[in-house]
Amino acid sequence: MCDKCGCSSGGGAVMRRPGNDTGHVHIGEDGSHAHHDRDHEHGQSRKIEVEQDVLLKNNLLAERNRGYFDAKHVLVLNFLSSPGSGKTTLLEKTIPLLKDERPVTVIEGDQQTTNDAERIDALGVPVIQINTGTGCHLDAEMVHRAVRELDPPEHSFLFIENVGNLVCPAMFDLGESARVVVISVTEGEDKPLKYPTMFRHADLCLLNKTDLLPYVDFDAERCRQYALQVNHRLQWLEISAKTGKGLDQWTAWVRSRLAGL
Amino acid sequence: MHEMSIALSVIDAVTTRALQEGGGRVTEIELAIGSLAGVQLESLRFCFSAASRGTLAEHAEIVIHERHAEAQCVDCSSRFAIGSYLARCPVCAGYRFTVVSGEEFSIQSITIE
Repeated sequence: MCDKCGCSSGGGAVMRRPGNDTGHVHIGEDGSHAHHDRDHEHGQSRKIEVEQDVLLKNNLLAERNRGYFDAKHVLVLNFLSSPGSGKTTLLEKTIPLLKDERPVTVIEGDQQTTNDAERIDALGVPVIQINTGTGCHLDAEMVHRAVRELDPPEHSFLFIENVGNLVCPAMFDLGESARVVVISVTEGEDKPLKYPTMFRHADLCLLNKTDLLPYVDFDAERCRQYALQVNHRLQWLEISAKTGKGLDQWTAWVRSRLAGL
Repeated sequence: MHEMSIALSVIDAVTTRALQEGGGRVTEIELAIGSLAGVQLESLRFCFSAASRGTLAEHAEIVIHERHAEAQCVDCSSRFAIGSYLARCPVCAGYRFTVVSGEEFSIQSITIE
């Protein structure tokens, strides 16, 4: 049930802005099910060839998002990781380094709370929080709705922090320009082997919290090798969002993606 | 549990099509799922009963055709079967390959009354 208006929207996604406790928009609850309330005569069965991609609807909407972003020259990065890898801290450290060059807007995805959006809001950039409820990932429709609300300016950056989850978000194209997967040295170095789909479809892997390397048994080179075994095109950078180490290379990578816009 | 939203997408597409075909009850849904599609078949089946409740596709039988994945080596162009993204070319032992098939996930057909 929606915790604000009490509507029984179940696990439907909700869109919120920090500082706006009352207003929120439910996403995708137009009752997409065709209800069966008629009696039918039970005659002969008919087999109908369909041959349709199950994710067709999401993929079409993702392409529509992509077209909109391309037309407005918006560089869109989809940030993916397990919970607690430091995505929000990374954004908090990255945005001040880039926002004087181009406007930045942010979409935050979490099951509940506006905590992450409030951290981004404190940086003075427009942000929308999508609460997915019981949902485990953002999809193209949620991003579509959030973008209509955010209205990112031309020649800007849009950072999408996906729900912390290395499984489900891998399947859902949002229309992003690139996917950035974040892992931290407090996780297992075999994460790329355990969650290969996520790493296979990523463009860049950021190894975060490298300031903790002296205190943990994490072999960064082995992790990199595992990631490359799963995706030989994957780019790799080692950073510490906390100390700022590697953020120069990281922001250079972001700027390098502007060449395609 | 993205299987729930996957199941809802399938039911949505199936019932839309069934309505276009006259609105008869759906008795069977045939799916083709590649081994690399990232879908847990057990939980997908589990989600269908909830996702289809009250729709034309309630009680439809779900027939799943699993498709094996095939890759092509970037270095020596050999084609070989793969079970996951962690695979090596059996000819040159390289890790670099492109996936030729096995990521597909489609609705093949529906049967309506």
